[in-house]
Amino acid sequence: MKKIILYSLLLLFSISVSAQQTFPVNGVADNKANKYALIDAKIYIDAHHILPKASMLVDGNRIVTIAEKPTIPAGYIIINCSDKIIYPGFIDSYTSYGLVDSKNEGGSEDPIFISTKNGPYHWNEAVKSEYNAIDHFSVNNSDPADLRSQGFTVVNTLKKDGIFRGTSALVSLASDRDNLLIISAHSATGLSFRKGSSKQDYPSSLMGSIALIRQSYYDAKWLKENQNKVEFNQSLNAINEQSGLLKIFEVTDVHDIFRAQKIANEFKLNYIFKGAGNEYQRINELKKINPTIIIGLNFPKIFDVEDYLDAQNISLAELKNWELAPTNAAALANAHIKFMLSTADLKRSTEFLKSLRKAVKHGLSEESALAALTETPANVFGVSDQIGSLKNGMRANFIVCSGNIFSDESANILTTWIDGNAYTVTNVNTNDIRGTYQLNTNDIGLKEIIIKGELNDFAAEGMKADSSAITLNFNYFEKQVTIIYDPSTDSLHKGKYRLSGTFINDQLIGLGSYADGKQFNWSAKKIKSVEKADLQIVKPSSEELKLGAVIYPFSAYGTNNVLMPEQIVIKNTTVWTNESPAVLLNTDVLINDGKIIQIGKNISTTKAKVIDGTGKYLTAGIIDEHSHIAISRGVNEGTQSNTAEVRIGDALDPDDINIYRQLAGGVTTSQLLHGSANPIGGQSALIKLRWGKSAEELKFEGASPFIKFALGENVKQSNWGDRQQIRFPQTRMGVEQVYVDAFTRAKEYELEKNNYAKLNSSQKAKIISPRFDLEMETMVEILNKKRFITCHSYVQSEINMLMHVADSFHFKVNTFTHILEGYKVADKMKAHGVNASTFADWWAYKYEVMDAIPFNAAILTKVGVNTGINSDDAEMARRLNQEAAKAIKYGNLTETEAWKLVTLNPAKMLHIDHRVGSIKVGKDADVVLWNTNPLSIYAKPEKTIIDGVVYFDAERDLQLRVAIAKERERIIQKMLDLKKLGMPTQKAVAKEKKLYHCDDMENEMSN
Amino acid sequence: MKRTLLILAMCIVNYAFAQQSGNIIFSGATIHVGNGEVIENGILHIKNGKIIAIQNNQQAYTNDKTAYLIDVKGKEIYPGLIAPSTRLGLEEVEAVRATLDYREVGELNPNIRSLISYNTDSKLIPTVRSNGVLTAMSVPEGGVITGTSSLMKLAGWNWEDAVYKADLGIHLNWPSMRIYSASWAPSADEQRENTAKNYKAIINFFKEAKAYAELKNTKTVNLKYEAMSALFTGDKKLFIAADFSKDIISAVNFAKEFGITPVIVGGRDAHLITSFLKENNISIILEKAHALPARDDEDVDLPYKKAAILYQAGINYCIAIEGSWQQRNLAFEAGTTAAYGVPREMALRSVSLSAAEILGVENTLGSLTAGKDATFVISSGDLLDMKYSKVESAWIQGVEINLRNNQDELNEKYLKKYGISK
Repeated sequence: MKKIILYSLLLLFSISVSAQQTFPVNGVADNKANKYALIDAKIYIDAHHILPKASMLVDGNRIVTIAEKPTIPAGYIIINCSDKIIYPGFIDSYTSYGLVDSKNEGGSEDPIFISTKNGPYHWNEAVKSEYNAIDHFSVNNSDPADLRSQGFTVVNTLKKDGIFRGTSALVSLASDRDNLLIISAHSATGLSFRKGSSKQDYPSSLMGSIALIRQSYYDAKWLKENQNKVEFNQSLNAINEQSGLLKIFEVTDVHDIFRAQKIANEFKLNYIFKGAGNEYQRINELKKINPTIIIGLNFPKIFDVEDYLDAQNISLAELKNWELAPTNAAALANAHIKFMLSTADLKRSTEFLKSLRKAVKHGLSEESALAALTETPANVFGVSDQIGSLKNGMRANFIVCSGNIFSDESANILTTWIDGNAYTVTNVNTNDIRGTYQLNTNDIGLKEIIIKGELNDFAAEGMKADSSAITLNFNYFEKQVTIIYDPSTDSLHKGKYRLSGTFINDQLIGLGSYADGKQFNWSAKKIKSVEKADLQIVKPSSEELKLGAVIYPFSAYGTNNVLMPEQIVIKNTTVWTNESPAVLLNTDVLINDGKIIQIGKNISTTKAKVIDGTGKYLTAGIIDEHSHIAISRGVNEGTQSNTAEVRIGDALDPDDINIYRQLAGGVTTSQLLHGSANPIGGQSALIKLRWGKSAEELKFEGASPFIKFALGENVKQSNWGDRQQIRFPQTRMGVEQVYVDAFTRAKEYELEKNNYAKLNSSQKAKIISPRFDLEMETMVEILNKKRFITCHSYVQSEINMLMHVADSFHFKVNTFTHILEGYKVADKMKAHGVNASTFADWWAYKYEVMDAIPFNAAILTKVGVNTGINSDDAEMARRLNQEAAKAIKYGNLTETEAWKLVTLNPAKMLHIDHRVGSIKVGKDADVVLWNTNPLSIYAKPEKTIIDGVVYFDAERDLQLRVAIAKERERIIQKMLDLKKLGMPTQKAVAKEKKLYHCDDMENEMSN
Repeated sequence: MKRTLLILAMCIVNYAFAQQSGNIIFSGATIHVGNGEVIENGILHIKNGKIIAIQNNQQAYTNDKTAYLIDVKGKEIYPGLIAPSTRLGLEEVEAVRATLDYREVGELNPNIRSLISYNTDSKLIPTVRSNGVLTAMSVPEGGVITGTSSLMKLAGWNWEDAVYKADLGIHLNWPSMRIYSASWAPSADEQRENTAKNYKAIINFFKEAKAYAELKNTKTVNLKYEAMSALFTGDKKLFIAADFSKDIISAVNFAKEFGITPVIVGGRDAHLITSFLKENNISIILEKAHALPARDDEDVDLPYKKAAILYQAGINYCIAIEGSWQQRNLAFEAGTTAAYGVPREMALRSVSLSAAEILGVENTLGSLTAGKDATFVISSGDLLDMKYSKVESAWIQGVEINLRNNQDELNEKYLKKYGISK
């Protein structure tokens, strides 16, 4: 930090005496006085203060005076700015200006376990914290003109590559020597969840990226504590050195902000977020964490929706996002969330002003917009004494505009001033030639020339003597005009007449030629200027600005309001209690405050909403012990044999439509598991399907922590192709050793930590402190029975093996999932006390399931193993009731036994049977009302209730379908209208979504 | 590897066919005919492998003293179900390459015949027939023209014995016009180019094949075109896999140009273009009901009720499940469509008579009608509902087949180990 302050001071000094420099001059010195007086302009001192008519004096690179009528000393060049508006120069907080992009060479088909980069750096190539933009920055790498044309004078520049991205620099957009452009050499540091150009496998998932960030912070701390005692690591040292810097975390989705914020909370950091543009979808939750956000203004184009069938490729969420994305900045402003605007997401930075005006049209106030481009970034970067507003002594960074740049489509930036130097943006600043010119010359077929069009793109038409209009081919360059036209009525001189002329004040004087080559002189005089009011201003079309509501979640079947718990009584129904007695006929169940509060006959209540259950069945909600829905960007971090450090709970996706689809199948609770690509996978998340709530609110509060283990073909990589024969283990023998090794190391790890904790501080100072290892911490939790194993398993040998490993380390395996050969070792499983969560009838999809039989669940149940049936599949989870019924077909279980397979039994194995899994007074009101016997193929859920909230209601579902169709059509009609007006479009391409299963190994984290 | 083969060979199931292709009367059951009708307390009379009578008049049959009488009071009789699009017999273990025989090299393979690979001794087949599926189409996959399928009986000594109708149809994967984006997707341009390239290839191939078929003498034999010839005479059916509405429409229009009425396989969007399908008299082998909606915005129960939409529009459809072992759940797919709007007996029709019609074997198969094959199952409960479905016996062309499978053996072996009664 000290170094950085020093840098800044040095720079200040160098600027204030800018005539002095360290570099040689080729030729004679060419120092200019650089004194300018911009007079009579409307000046925005900052976003909140305006001087309607004032003048600004610039001396060298600084503003020296701003006043209404200042005395202008001699030696100042006077620039008349009447009718002009001066704003403080814009600041872009998130660019890669002046840096060269790194090439993404793509991955390798062979696994890559460690960094391919030589040197004392982080083991993971995605940690590039040692990178400093200042070492690579040069004005020669980028053209500043594009950014200047949009009003930007200063940018923060960083390399957008990797998870830890190193430092950025705050630089001026002047065209000058690099040495003179640096405002802050280490202005901030960058982070993201994406590994960018790293060729390494790890991390392949979002949760892996999160774990890598966390472990890197812990490692950096450890290195600091044990300086010179442990390894030298340039990357981790850099993280320590950057601890005082701003941290900008780039995200690709609003939910990422909450994910990153959790890391910030853990390490007591403040992240500034580079948002994704969909923050408006979760604005209330954002407000609670009070973030600072940089947002881009890249709005989706309208879709080509003319074709009815192709239009179906586009989801309601995409349609609505098209409509609402331009309101994002306004939504942040209205929620009083601090934000900055950036060109970052635009294809071309020159589209910025156009997008900015769109955001203003969609409700962003000019004041907020200007603040987001000036004082907010200046404050955030701690340079508000130099830039961000117009005051005496500040850098002369400002823009001179022909009109209101935020709302007036025809307004132009004329010049962008940086450090007292003017850069011309629009070449028309002093020459608005538009108007009507009367010809002083007869016989050339014209009476008047009318010049119109845009300031940088004039057009003209002529008027003939008979007052009829004639097209002129008109060209203007630097006060010179060329006009070609064909009056055609003149019998003497048929053909095209050519005029060439020069402006002298309001006069046009020049030479011309008839079609036969005869020359003539001509002149014209301006008789009328164009009135401001005549200039076409595109007004916001009121139709375009009629917007739909934000829905929760932002998906089809989302609702305008968050659903609330109700007091409900279900009357006169058949209740499958899963308790004793198992079936109650003609019974009422009363729900209040999210709990079941009464079960009985003829419950009388006045407040409760009555649901008639006559002829229907009420059951506990279905609990899916093995699910992979609602997970964002990667279900497997299968890049290493042990990834106990990753957590599914870090990557929940509350917008996944499968949540709603499964509610419609009667599911209320799901355990979201890591995949089965490695022997020790990640930590599980238990959720209730609270559709519309945030990721954190989905989590089953107070649930026991679990972890996914896996055995067999997947972890041996048996079916991954011939190139995947490198990662240990490749046999079941090796799998056992992975476990024995991991638990042995965990024991040693814990011992070392405990021993260290007993030492006094002077003893501690003498030795190396134990490294905090997220992977080992998790393993220790298992050993201490604080975390429980769900193990993917198929054949009896491996099932037997894991129970032996657990016994030898004095803990128990909690659950075998899949467990298709469980029936062969049911007695051993019972003795161990493990639960079984299996499929009803899956088999033959790989060699290790050839002995799978549909009688498995029944045999395990009869032997006395607590058994459940799970889905591992977004589709099958919608009808787990049918899968349970198969245990009646294959194995003759009773209805009650079969029903418990998908309710109470999984509740037990997940340690939540005190809360859910049966209908009992005091338990959570997680219940489903079915139209008929729930185990029948003809059964359909009519209501699915969680915590007393009706999250699925078959009747409301029908209304939602109508509403979805209506909303789609409204937006489609709007797009059709806008396309007719010539708005650019994009093709209606279907976005395929990934549905996760155990063995999905997409690399989700590359660019 | 050799060892694996050996193990598989040892596990081959023996079929003990009851050689009683005689004269039998099944009496007293509820007969689900397969055409939508139900006969309570009915009579099913079979002789020499055929159904000779089916009615609810018990009296008429007490006279035939030569017939063996079986009392099936309280049971339900169904036509043997027909799985219209499967890998049965062509794959054993999905993940083990050595056991896969459904995908040949090349893009245009009409001459590839599924019955050649068909393994009558697959361990999967007995688990399928024990749930009431008694015939199945074995369909090659891969490439553009995947090959020629045959309809197989799910019991037989060898493929010649098991084949029900050989070389029934040619299967074409229609190149999709639907452009999609995903991390794993080729670029939109690449997708378009591919589709265009494949269109061209298909059209040229069909033109060449048709010209070849018209040649009378002196032709150099071309195996691919030989295989195609029967398409143009109507002796083979053309099955085109297409899911999205535009793909279905373009596939149908293409086939019509060659004078062929194709069967559409998959038909995910068929419900969107029912009037087109109706006008062109197109039948659909509809993808399974137990699927997710194709799009986020779709009705959550659309896959369940798609059959009902086709049914109400008067389109002939049958239901297919992909793959091999999965076929044992075919009846429950139909059950789900019954829960979502198809009248129950018509749901049964979609896995029996409708399938027979679409495969062109309705004169001998698909319903319990006098004159047709005696291919049927007897269940103690609703065959379409897993809660009640228990197939007690099954007959193919008058021969009772063995319903036991390896899974039953394992079940009993371990129940015995644990001392548990069944």
